[in-house]
Amino acid sequence: MSTNREQVFPTRMTLGLMKTKLKGANQGHSLLKRKAEALTKRFRDITKRIDDAKKKMGRVMQTAAFSLAEVSYATGENIGYQVQESVSNQSRFKIKARQENVSGVYLPQFEAFIDPSINDFKLTGLGRGGQQVQRAKEIYTKAVETLVELASLQTAFIILDEVIKVTNRRVNAIEHVIIPRTENTIAYINSELDELDREEFYRLKKVQEKKQKETAILDAEMKAKRLLAEQTAKEEEEAKGKAGEEAKEDEDVKMDEGETVENLVADTEEDVIF
Amino acid sequence: MEGLYFNIDNGYVEGVVRGYRNGLLTANQYLNLTQCETLEDLKLQLSSTDYGNFLTNVSQDALTTSIIQSMASDKLYKEFNYLRDQLSGTSKKFMDYITFGYMIDNVTLMITGTIHSRDKAEILQRCHPLGWFDTLPTLSVATDLESLYETVLIDTPLAPYFKDCFDNANELDDLNIEIIRNKLYKAYLEDFKSFVMETLPSPSNDIMIELLEFEADRRTINIALNSLQSTASTSTDSDENENVLDSNLKSQLMPAMGKCYPIATHYLSQAKDFESIRAALNNVYDYKSLLDDDNGDLEDHFYNMEMILCKDAFTQQFTISTIWAWMKSKEQEIRNITWIAECIAQNQRDRINNYISVY
Repeated sequence: MSTNREQVFPTRMTLGLMKTKLKGANQGHSLLKRKAEALTKRFRDITKRIDDAKKKMGRVMQTAAFSLAEVSYATGENIGYQVQESVSNQSRFKIKARQENVSGVYLPQFEAFIDPSINDFKLTGLGRGGQQVQRAKEIYTKAVETLVELASLQTAFIILDEVIKVTNRRVNAIEHVIIPRTENTIAYINSELDELDREEFYRLKKVQEKKQKETAILDAEMKAKRLLAEQTAKEEEEAKGKAGEEAKEDEDVKMDEGETVENLVADTEEDVIF
Repeated sequence: MEGLYFNIDNGYVEGVVRGYRNGLLTANQYLNLTQCETLEDLKLQLSSTDYGNFLTNVSQDALTTSIIQSMASDKLYKEFNYLRDQLSGTSKKFMDYITFGYMIDNVTLMITGTIHSRDKAEILQRCHPLGWFDTLPTLSVATDLESLYETVLIDTPLAPYFKDCFDNANELDDLNIEIIRNKLYKAYLEDFKSFVMETLPSPSNDIMIELLEFEADRRTINIALNSLQSTASTSTDSDENENVLDSNLKSQLMPAMGKCYPIATHYLSQAKDFESIRAALNNVYDYKSLLDDDNGDLEDHFYNMEMILCKDAFTQQFTISTIWAWMKSKEQEIRNITWIAECIAQNQRDRINNYISVY
């Protein structure tokens, strides 16, 4: 317990600091927890969509590959090379990337669009098989669209995964390290302060006891003195019979002195406590 | 009378071709092929046919549809070259004519590769083996059509076909190449036809003209349809693309022969939409119902028609047109096998019966 706390001086000021820290940590914890939950929800959603997209891709790719077989059936072997060579430098199928904000995480999203002014297949297969080429082109365009969609989902998947990990780590760190440590520190400071209090109290008690003892001794002495004085006064009264009033005044003064000493002790005690 | 002397020069070759024809896959064998579960099964089935052990050297994991296709094609080329070596004179010329079509493909392929500054060796690999000629590798030196013609093509048999190609823009870009290819093909078909008409004896020329005219019609209809699509798909864009193939240019690409020529060809070149093409074709008896059902199967229709014509070509004896018919049948057979293999490999069983078998 003593190791799992911050190295601070157990003063009232650090206690205040620790208390605000604990409050902040609790607030941060609940916020991060909520963020992690939102991200996880999104993550599950994306996982489901990836699953769908992958299945779709399987289907689309199959038909695409088959349409290619149809093309080669209709046109002969060299069509692939012909198509390859007639590709221009500008691409017909392009991708735009934009960002989507999901609880503070920027996820890239790819959007495919087709530039209709660019067509590499103007006359390919003019003599034979042009229809098959066109159809294969359309199907493959769809296949690439699916791939783009999948790529966008996969990227989001990876990024979200990373972010969720980081967030969870933070949540756990706050929950299992920072909050207990702060609580420990607070407990430690409190216990130290209590200890100090007790020490002080004990010390005061001791001082009071000592003072009481002294007063008692003083009282006893004074009593003895008074008795002695009374005896001597009696003896003197007896001896002389006058000047009795003076001795009485003297006794009053002594009593006053005892009271002021006790008041002083009470004052210091209050000072220490507050 | 012509049958009397036919066997002196061509008897052996005709015998061989008829032997090859009997080796073509029958409907039953196709049925067996479609039952195969894997490509390995297919290989096994094929080994009991005329193909024999053409796939023995291919290990099981290297067995792909493209391998099957190229191996089968190699076999065809070997047989073709064997036949060519057996012939002389007019018959040899006839076989040379068959290869010109592939030469046109090779030349355009070479030019395309040159424009995009590809490695020569890489393109040469892809050239059709039957369209090979000695000066083919040097094609890559040329940058425009004129110098191409003057340095290389003038020595090839293709030279006369280029005479129509010089009138328009001389620069070689992708669009022009496709147009040049079709112009060349048109000139080639017309030249082939005149060769057949003038030099081949009677039964051969009748059959060959029918086959060539079918080829021409197929190209005409295809060009009409496909140019339609190329404008339709870009019609949202500027009208610059629509001018790529105006009716004038189209009529230059369509062979001036065949059952469509001249009236339907003219209408086809004018056609701006699918309906007008259909209307134009309705005037031609042979292609009347061609576009009535789903037009996606157009290519299949043509292949089917071609195969029926080829099968009919075998009914006539004493003619070298059987070589053409065999050649086309064999090409179709390779396509069929590739198709079946592709269906098996991609597990698309429902379309496996899309092959064309007439024998």
